[in-house]
Amino acid sequence: MVMLIIYYILLLVCVLISVAFLTLLERKVLGYIQIRKGPNKVGISGILQPFSDAIKLFTKEQTWSSVSNYLLYFFSPVFMFFMSLFLWSMMPFMTGFFDFEFGFFFFLCVLSLGVYPLMIAGWSSNSKYALLGGLRAVAQTISYEVSLALVLLSFIIVVGEYSLEDFVEYQNSFYFIFFFYLLSLVWIVSCMAEMNRTPFDFAEGESELVSGFNVEYSAGGFALLFLGEYSMIILMSTVMVILFLSGDLYFTFFLKVGFFITLVLWLRGTLPRYRYDKLMSLAWKSILPFTLHCLFMYMGFKVVFEVI
Amino acid sequence: MKLLLLNFFIAVIISSLLILLSTLFSKKTILDREKVSPFECGFDPKNTSRIPFSIRFFLIAIVFLIFDIEISILLPLGLITNSIPPILWMTAGGLFLLLVTLGLYYEWKENTLEWIT
Repeated sequence: MVMLIIYYILLLVCVLISVAFLTLLERKVLGYIQIRKGPNKVGISGILQPFSDAIKLFTKEQTWSSVSNYLLYFFSPVFMFFMSLFLWSMMPFMTGFFDFEFGFFFFLCVLSLGVYPLMIAGWSSNSKYALLGGLRAVAQTISYEVSLALVLLSFIIVVGEYSLEDFVEYQNSFYFIFFFYLLSLVWIVSCMAEMNRTPFDFAEGESELVSGFNVEYSAGGFALLFLGEYSMIILMSTVMVILFLSGDLYFTFFLKVGFFITLVLWLRGTLPRYRYDKLMSLAWKSILPFTLHCLFMYMGFKVVFEVI
Repeated sequence: MKLLLLNFFIAVIISSLLILLSTLFSKKTILDREKVSPFECGFDPKNTSRIPFSIRFFLIAIVFLIFDIEISILLPLGLITNSIPPILWMTAGGLFLLLVTLGLYYEWKENTLEWIT
């Protein structure tokens, strides 16, 4: 019991440190994509930048708006951060931390809770930009959640288990990305929309909504929103690797995770923002019918495998 | 289940510790009226920001609700593959999935999915 507590706290600390360095990586990658250097002054060529950022964010002045619903406004970043930490308890590791038989059920449940902090943060700050950003974020997140669950279902039908360890073991001899290549692309697109990352970052939308749902946040609240978002990026990349590119849980596993994280940042540097109505029609009119028909196909494959 | 509860409490404690730290260490200043008013581009907010919003968002939420219920019915499909005969599994699951797909096309025909009408 005590070992498990220590293990989980250690895991969370490692996640927080990797989130800190992910922000540095993002600024560096974006910098070199735009042919400039990125942060290179603090420490040795900018290696200590995230820590100075964290100290600065946590010691800044906390403001709030006088018309906000203060309790909801104050606690929604805490909830968002808590959720992204709680999701990490489903992760399989070599040390056998958790034998989670219904890992993907847990994943879907906690992921659908992710709408609430966005919505409550947008509504309770009582600013027009925040309200619009919150509305957009909610509509986008729930639309892509449907296709996310359906894609996951067709993976699960082939494997026949909900546990993440079984997914890892199942792909010992071949990667699922060859068997599910189109669905893997759909999964990546849906994940980008689910995380509110850049081709689909309508929750923030700097050019239209100043900063979207987090306009009114400063200091600690903003830091927690930010940390939650970035730890979701790492988590989603890990889930991507487990779903279709993972054979073992050794060193190469983490290299693949790093590759997917870099892919997310790379897409941010490359693609311009999408249009909102196009985003919704992409979700409902192309991705959702496609995943439904793919589900039919993989059910047929499963029956053929079973009969043979 | 007990371990999950334990994890829940650890995550709650860590996240509340962080917000507590930032509340304790943050710079304290006097808040004047301009600073505590909600953000607008350069002028004071005139009327309330909780305005009625587009019905599209509401319709999308309703459609999402239907599809989410259907997905939660479909989810056990992955678990029972080994316990019932495959042909029966395909018939039952495929029939339900067919209904979901036809439902999606019906929504499409009724223009519920059009963002701009």
